[in-house]
Amino acid sequence: MGVSFIYPEFEVVRNATRCIACRVCERQCANEVHAFSEERGAMVSDEAKCVNCQRCVSLCPTRALKIVKSDCRLRENANWQDDTIKEIYKQADSGGVLLSSMGNPKPLPVYWHKILINASQVTNPPIDPLREPMETRVFLGKKPTVIRRDENGRLDCQLPPQIELAMPVMFSAMSYGSISYNAHASLARAATELGILYNTGEGGLHEDFYQYGSHTIVQVASGRFGVHEGYLNAGAAIEIKMGQGAKPGIGGHLPGEKIVEDVSRTRMIPQGTDAISPAPHHDIYSIEDLRQLVFSLKEATNYQKPVIVKVAAVHNIAAIASGIARSGADIIAIDGFRGGTGAAPTRIRDNVGIPIELALAAVDQRLRDEGIRGNVSLIAGGSIRSAADVVKAIALGADACYVATAALLALGCHLCRTCQSGKCNWGIATQRPDLVKRLNPDLGSQRLVNLMTAWRHEIMEIMGGMGINSIEALKGNRLMLRGVGLNEKELQILGISHAGE
Amino acid sequence: MKRVYVNEEWCLGCHLCEYNCAFANSGMKDMALALKDKKIFPRIHVEGDDRITFAVSCRHCTDPLCVKSCIAGAISVLDGVVCIDQTKCVGCLTCVLVCPYGALAPGESGVMQKCELCMGNACGAPACVTGCPNNAIVYEERNDAT
Repeated sequence: MGVSFIYPEFEVVRNATRCIACRVCERQCANEVHAFSEERGAMVSDEAKCVNCQRCVSLCPTRALKIVKSDCRLRENANWQDDTIKEIYKQADSGGVLLSSMGNPKPLPVYWHKILINASQVTNPPIDPLREPMETRVFLGKKPTVIRRDENGRLDCQLPPQIELAMPVMFSAMSYGSISYNAHASLARAATELGILYNTGEGGLHEDFYQYGSHTIVQVASGRFGVHEGYLNAGAAIEIKMGQGAKPGIGGHLPGEKIVEDVSRTRMIPQGTDAISPAPHHDIYSIEDLRQLVFSLKEATNYQKPVIVKVAAVHNIAAIASGIARSGADIIAIDGFRGGTGAAPTRIRDNVGIPIELALAAVDQRLRDEGIRGNVSLIAGGSIRSAADVVKAIALGADACYVATAALLALGCHLCRTCQSGKCNWGIATQRPDLVKRLNPDLGSQRLVNLMTAWRHEIMEIMGGMGINSIEALKGNRLMLRGVGLNEKELQILGISHAGE
Repeated sequence: MKRVYVNEEWCLGCHLCEYNCAFANSGMKDMALALKDKKIFPRIHVEGDDRITFAVSCRHCTDPLCVKSCIAGAISVLDGVVCIDQTKCVGCLTCVLVCPYGALAPGESGVMQKCELCMGNACGAPACVTGCPNNAIVYEERNDAT
């Protein structure tokens, strides 16, 4: 192929009066954008390699660098937009499926933006969380629907297994392999300090992290990587991954170059082989099959661990959730279409699935209507970006939220969306030792703790404003929400009134 | 006493410490102006190879060989910090010979210079530590001084 049709997407702008040619940018760029030219006596850059991860920008000691979007544009066309045309060029070059990372970036509706939260005025006093007790602790698991007594009339206090969380947020599944050892160490340490849980993802649990087991959710996905009895018993809960919001209906593929020695041992597969997760679990083709796996896992863990079933938010999510709630699972996790990924086919990521807001509201309502809401707890995920999103999700019916993209951002991710390249300059989505060491878990875990502590304060502040002093009183409390700019159908599905009503 | 320690596990070999050191000791307010188009003479040096890198600066030994060996009496210990009086230095390089860490080196003028923990400049705390992006250099109290 002689001619490249695609002009580089970004420009590296270097302020010559500030650049001291310290070459930090050159040493820090795994994409090899920067170089020192002896002939020119100055730094030069090859912007075609730039992914706009901003590592050089962040480390440049004189702020001499910025990365801007190139203004070299194709002729304007509302139908054939730049990205659409460039994707055609790429596919004409490669003949391959387009790959992307992280969540759906398309300008589809974000319902969180169209939902507003209530506050108390005059007749019902707000609460000041700095002066009065405020409960953010939640328990996830089956809740008994009847009170049982023994023959002497004493209460039967035996509850099904529960997860205790200091706040209604957990770090969602990211496998060891897709993210680095240090990223996992940061998540594990932060979850332990915060009194919440992180999730191993489908890549097994590294032997070093068994010590954080009481703050770990161990995942069982279709590839069953790293699953053994010790693994299942190591965590506080077990998650069966049926689907992922970023790529519903398809499996996963971790390329062989990321299966380095430690990853290979943890996943229990040979070094350098591709780790392929099939699209389905080959033993699950019905709710009855799912029930068998749920109870196999419960049996393997002596009924001590709650079992989570994670599904992507898709069209018939309410019916699917109803089935899962009857399968014996303790918790359902629903992942909306904006959820992130380490790699997914672009077309799938951008076009498959439905928004978490609508899915969550529909599921909560369906389970209530069927009288089985207490059978399961609900976890909402798929781009929960702030404490306000958490509060809105809880009021829509979630028991807790999963966050992953926000956690990665705290660790340094700049959402350049090229995780699939394995050259993450921030030491997150990579297995290259020189890059992995860029994420020091001492700093990473502290930033995660800071972020979640800030969110917890904000959640308490918003709850206090509503006159609510316990997260339990907010759960499914849709009267606390109003929609703006939503049509009747959207309001009906969300189960909320329009602002002004 | 607080000293500068290196966590080589986290050193990225980015060399920012060298530039921050050179800037801190330039006495100037603008880093670009201070270091642009100049060869720098930092008091901390990143050493290593493809596999490992680490930053080396003065360990501020409790019983410093450089102080004992300085023929001009230019090096002394002030509140635990090993300092050099550059007006007394005769450039005999004996300190370079005896220092087990390679922490002393001539500055731009040829007179010896060394890390003084940024006590003598406007920083107040070691600039290499403040500017390290990955906590690979730390400034803390430990009980293992030599």
